Amino acid sequence: MSSQHAKAARRFLDNNEQAQWHNRTLWMVREKRDRLAMQLPEWEELRNLASQIKMHSLSHLDYYLSRFAARAEANGALVHWAKDADEHNAIVLNILNEHKVKKLVKSKSMLTEECHLNPFLEARGIEVVESDLGERILQLMQAAPSHIVMPAIHLKRQEVGKLFEEKLHTEKDNSDPGYLTHAARLHLRNEFLTADAAMTGANFGVAETGEVVVCTNEGNADMGTSFPPLHIVSMGIEKVIPDHQALSVYTRLLARSATGQPATTYTSHYRKPRPGSGMHIVLVDNGRSRTLGNEEHLQTLKCIRCGACMNTCPVYRRSGGYAYTYFIPGPIGINLGMLRSPDRYSGNVAACSLCYSCNLVCPVRIDLADQIYRWRQQLDSLGKADRVKKIVSAGMNYLFMRPSVYNQGLRLAPSVNHLPRFMIYNPLNAWGIGREFPVFAKESFTRMWEKGKVKKPQNKDAYEQ
Amino acid sequence: MKVGLFIPCYINAVYPEVGVAICKLLDYLGIETDYPLRQTCCGQPMANAGFEAQAIPLIKHFETLFGAYEYVLTPSASCAAFIKCRASGNIYEACEFLHDVVKVNKLPGSFPHKVSIHNSCHGVRELHLSSASELNIPPYSKIKNLLSLIDGIEISEPEKVDECCGFGGMFSIEEPAVSVCMGKDKLAAHLATGAGYITGADSSCLMHMQGIARREKLPVKFIHLIQILAAGL
Repeated sequence: MSSQHAKAARRFLDNNEQAQWHNRTLWMVREKRDRLAMQLPEWEELRNLASQIKMHSLSHLDYYLSRFAARAEANGALVHWAKDADEHNAIVLNILNEHKVKKLVKSKSMLTEECHLNPFLEARGIEVVESDLGERILQLMQAAPSHIVMPAIHLKRQEVGKLFEEKLHTEKDNSDPGYLTHAARLHLRNEFLTADAAMTGANFGVAETGEVVVCTNEGNADMGTSFPPLHIVSMGIEKVIPDHQALSVYTRLLARSATGQPATTYTSHYRKPRPGSGMHIVLVDNGRSRTLGNEEHLQTLKCIRCGACMNTCPVYRRSGGYAYTYFIPGPIGINLGMLRSPDRYSGNVAACSLCYSCNLVCPVRIDLADQIYRWRQQLDSLGKADRVKKIVSAGMNYLFMRPSVYNQGLRLAPSVNHLPRFMIYNPLNAWGIGREFPVFAKESFTRMWEKGKVKKPQNKDAYEQ
Repeated sequence: MKVGLFIPCYINAVYPEVGVAICKLLDYLGIETDYPLRQTCCGQPMANAGFEAQAIPLIKHFETLFGAYEYVLTPSASCAAFIKCRASGNIYEACEFLHDVVKVNKLPGSFPHKVSIHNSCHGVRELHLSSASELNIPPYSKIKNLLSLIDGIEISEPEKVDECCGFGGMFSIEEPAVSVCMGKDKLAAHLATGAGYITGADSSCLMHMQGIARREKLPVKFIHLIQILAAGL
C-alpha cells in the first residue's frame, strides 16, 4: 500500500544526512519568511487583499485579459494566444524561426517547464540556455527542478563544484560558493552576449498598462533581455491583475513568502520593446480555463508561485521535490498535478498529513489542504484508491456502525496485547515500521462507565468561580 | 448544565484514563455528564483517507446520539474539529470548553513536573487553541492558560512549535517512512526542552509519538492535558 511518493520518500530518507540537511535548509527559509511576515502589522490584511484581488481578477478574466492584450499591443508588443502547451511551443518556435534564432537565453519560467519547451526547441536545432543559476546548474546536469523557487535546493555545493569542474572547467575540488558563482557569471555573461533572443516568464501582467512584471534575484532576466533584439514572454492567463495598486500588494508578499526578503532584488517592468527590437507575449491557457470552471479547485489559479507551501510542508521537506511525480512538488503541486491528470499524478495525493500549515503560509490564501482532502474523496471513483485503505475504511464502517459489535470489540481488544510479536510486527504492518503498537487498556472507558467505575469524587471542595 | 461526552474510539480502548479524568473535572465543576453508550467513532479516519462515504453514516449516528445536548465534549481536538464542520450540535474540544465556556480560573492540585506542550495541527489550525506560528496575530495559548492554573508545573514548548508529528491517520501507514521521520524529529524537539512529560489536547498525536518513544526506548512520559488538569481531583 505504498504510493510512488511513499517509495521515493523512503529512498530519499535512506540518505539520512542529506535528508536532514534538506529539511533544515527549507525550514530556515520558512523561518526567514516568518521573520519578515511578522514585521508587517498588516500581513494578514495583505493576504486577504491578495486573495480577493486574485478572485476578482479571475472572475473577470475575460475583461482583464482583453484589456491587458489591447494595452500591450498599443505599447508595441505582439500578443499571441495559446490554448495549450503544443500551441505555445509552436508559436514560440515560429517566432524564433522568423528571426533566425539559433540561441535562446531564458530566465526562470515554470510555465515553459509545464509546456516542455526546452526539449521541443532543442529537438529543432535551437540552443536553449537557462540563465537562472539554479536552473542553469540543473540544465547542465540534465535534471529537473526540485523546487519552484529554489530549483537546485536539493544539491550541495560540492555537487555543483564537481559539475562545474566538468562543464565549466573550474579548479578541481573547489566548491567555494563565491568562486563557483563567479565562474557561472563569466560563463553566463558570454551566453547573454551571444544569444539571438531572450525569453522570460511573467510573475504578473498588469491589465491597466499592458506591462509584464518579472521578479528575479540575479538580474538574469534583465541581462537576457538587454542584448538580443527579441524578447518573448511566456505568460499563463491567470497572471493578469488589474493595476499597479494591485501589483503593490503582490510585490510586498511574493519575496517575503518565497525567500524571506522584503522584495526580490530585481523587479523588472517590461512595458514595450526596446527601440529596434521586438517583444512578443504568449498568453497560455493549457487547462487554466477548465480549472476556472472547477469550483472546488478554482483557487489554485490564485497561486503566485512563491513556494512557501513547500518550505513549510513537513512532508515535502522530508521527501524532496523528486519524490512527487508532477514537476511542481509540495501542496500546490499535488493539486496542480491532479488538475493536469488524475490518472498520472494521483500518487501524490497521499503525501499530506493534513496539517494545514500550507493554508496558513499561503500569501494568497489558497485552501491547499482542503483541496487535497477533496481530491482524496475522488480517488475511489477514479479507480485510484489504495486497496488496503479502502478495505480498512469499509471494515471500520462495519465495526463503528454496529455499536454492540464495537463494544464487544472493546472488550476483546486487550487480548491483542498478548499476541506473539511476529504476528503484530511484520512487513505487512506499516505502523510497526519504527513504532510500537498502542497497548489496549484492561478495561475500555465504556466498560468502566457501565460498571460504575468512573467514580465521582467526594466533591467536598466544589468549584466556585 | 448537562453535557454529552464523546470518547473517541482509540481513547476508549487505549487511554480510558483520559475519559475518567474529564469526568472528574466536570463533576468538580458541577457539570452533569452523560455518556451515550451506543457511541463509536466520528468517521474522521475514513474521511481523511478518502472514504467520506463510509464516514457519513457515522456522522449521522453521532448526530442522533448527541444532537440534543446543549454541549458535547470530547478530549480530542482532531475529532472535535472534524465533527464541528460536519455535524449539527454544539461540539467542543474539552480544553476549549473549559477555557471558553466554563472559563475555569482555578484548579486544585499540583503537577510538579516539566511538560512540553504538543500543539497539534487540528487543535491549532482548525480549533484555534493557540496562535498558529504561520500567522501574524497576537500570540495566545488556551492550553498554556489552563496548565498555568496547576501548581508546580513548568511549561515549555518545542522548537518548530506547531509542526506536525506525522500521525495524520492513515497517512501514518501509507507514508510510513516520512511519518516516522516526522515523529522522531518532533520527539527530539520535545525532548530537547528537558521535559519529562509531553502533553496536549490530542491523544492521537501522543499515541503516535509514544509508539516511537517506546520503540526507541526513550525515557519520556505522555499525558493528556486533561489528566494534568484533573491531577488534584
